[in-house]
Amino acid sequence: MKRIYVNEKWCLGCHLCEYECAFANSGLTDMVKALKGKKIHPNIRVEDHGDVHFAVNCRHCTDAVCVRSCIAGALSFDGEMVRIDQNKCVGCLTCVLVCPYGAILPDDEGHVAQKCMLCTDNFTKEPNCVRHCLNNAIVYEERD
Amino acid sequence: MQQYVIIGNSTAAIAAAEQIRLLDAAGKITMISDEPYHTYGRPLISYYLLGKTDAERMKYRPADFYERNRIDTVFSKRVEKIDAEKKKVVLSDGKKIAYDKLLVATGSRPFNPPMEGIESVPSKFNFMTFDDALALEKVLAPDKSVLIIGAGLIGLKCLEGIADRVREVSVVDMADRVLPSILDEYGASLVQRELEGHKTTFYLSDSVQKFSGNTAHLKSGKEIAFDILVVAVGVRPNVELVKDAGGKVGRGILTDDRQETSLKDVYAAGDCTESYDITAQTSRILALLPNAQFQGACAGTNMAGGEAHFTNAVPMNAIGFFGSHILTAGSYFGDTYVEKSGDTYKKLFYSDNKLNGFILVNKPDRAGIYTSLLRNATPLDEVDFESLKKDPALMAFSEQYRAEKLSRRV
Repeated sequence: MKRIYVNEKWCLGCHLCEYECAFANSGLTDMVKALKGKKIHPNIRVEDHGDVHFAVNCRHCTDAVCVRSCIAGALSFDGEMVRIDQNKCVGCLTCVLVCPYGAILPDDEGHVAQKCMLCTDNFTKEPNCVRHCLNNAIVYEERD
Repeated sequence: MQQYVIIGNSTAAIAAAEQIRLLDAAGKITMISDEPYHTYGRPLISYYLLGKTDAERMKYRPADFYERNRIDTVFSKRVEKIDAEKKKVVLSDGKKIAYDKLLVATGSRPFNPPMEGIESVPSKFNFMTFDDALALEKVLAPDKSVLIIGAGLIGLKCLEGIADRVREVSVVDMADRVLPSILDEYGASLVQRELEGHKTTFYLSDSVQKFSGNTAHLKSGKEIAFDILVVAVGVRPNVELVKDAGGKVGRGILTDDRQETSLKDVYAAGDCTESYDITAQTSRILALLPNAQFQGACAGTNMAGGEAHFTNAVPMNAIGFFGSHILTAGSYFGDTYVEKSGDTYKKLFYSDNKLNGFILVNKPDRAGIYTSLLRNATPLDEVDFESLKKDPALMAFSEQYRAEKLSRRV
C-alpha cells in the first residue's frame, strides 16, 4: 500500500502541509473560508528545532498499537490503512496514550480522536499534504 | 482440524479469536459467554449512560464478526468446569465441549465486601457489565440521590455517566484521594474539584460502618441519605475454573509469556490473569483493556501454532470526566519532573536511565511518545530527555530513529 513517507533533509519547515491538511479535512471547498482566522487542527504536524524540520502523521503501522488498544472498536484496519470511525469513538484518548509517534490527536473540542486517513475521507481523494509539499519532503509511495 | 474453545467474549477473547483465524483458516472456534450480547466495549457502559454511545455503536467488532470469522457462539451459558485431562469444558446445562486448545478469558467480577445492613438497602448495583448499566439506568431519575462506594476508575466513570441524570451523588472511599491507583495527591485534587462541580460530594478517608435502609452511617459519624447505591470498591479475577482444574493461580491466573497456564493447552488472558509489569518489575493484575488485547492476541497466536511472547506489559490508563483527560502509565518512583498550570498537570518519574511512569492531567498531546519509552524500556541517554520532559516529540530521538520510523514502513 502507498503510505506517506518523510524526507527529513528536504523539509523546509514551511508548515504548508499542516494548512493543506486542515483545509482538506475542513469539509469546505474554499480555502479562505476554511482557514482564515481559525486555529487549525491538522492530522500532520511539523516539528522544528534549529535547522531540523520534519512532518509527522499516522504511519499506518502494520501492527498498529492504537487499533489494538481502542476500547470502542472505533479504530480498525481498512485494508492496510488505519481508519477511525469518529461515530464510534467516545474520546477516551487511549489511542493518544499509546501511539508512539504522537500521530493521533484529540479533535479541536477534545470530544473524539482524529488521525490521517490518507485523504480517503475527504474530497481531495489523495494526500493533500503531499500534493502541495514544495520540496518533496513528504511523498506518497510504496516502500518496504 | 483443531478445536479451539474460548471462554469469554470480551477484549482478550476477541483478540485471540482474530489471531487464531488469521493463522488457521480451517480450525473450529467456539466462544462461550455467560452474557447474551454481541461483543461490546466493556468500558463503554459509562459512556452509554452519558449518552455518548448506544447499544449499536458499543459493538466492539462489526455485526458480522462471528459469521465472517466462522465462530460458533454459545451465549448465556456459564462454563462450570474444565476437565484438563479429558480436554473438555462442562457447561451450566451439562453439555460438554471438547477442545484441543482452550483460552480462559473470564475477566473479573465485582468485589462486594461484607457490609453491615447491606441487605436492608432496597436499590443496589454494581457497575461492570452492560446489564449492570441497563439495570441502573432504569432507576435513574432527576429527583434521586446516588451513593457510590469507591472513588476508583469504575466508581468515578459511573459517576460521570449518571451525575447529570440525578439530583446529587455522594462518593465514599477509604483512600484519602480520588483515583488512588493512578493519581498522586495533586492530580487527584484537580479531578476532585472538577467532579465537585457536577453535584458530587466526596467523603474521603471514610467508610460505611453500616446501612439502615436508605441511610449510610459512616465511620466518621456522618450520615448519607440516598435512593440508589452503587458498590464499586474493586474487582476479583475469575480464577476458579483454572484453580479447580489444578492450574497455578496467584492473585490472578499465572501464565508463561506465551500466555499458557500450568495446564497443558490451557491458555489464559485478560483481567483474570497476572502480567509481569516491566515498570514495577513485579507480577500483578493489570486489568486494562489494551493489556487484555496484547495478552489475548499472544495467546491466540500460540494456540494456533505460531510463536508469540508478551514481554512488555505496562500499566496505562486513559480516563476523563466531562471533557477532562487524564492519561497515566507506568510506576511512580524515582526523580520527578513537574509542570503545573491551571487545571493541567504533568509529572514524570524517572531513575536509572529509564522513565518509570507519568501522570498527565489535561495535557494529552502526544502522550504515546512517553508510553513508548516505557514499553520499549528506552535508555534515556539515547534520547534528549531534557527536551522530552517539556515536549514529547520525535525531535528528541536520534536522526537514525526518525529515519527508521518516518521513512520506512513500520
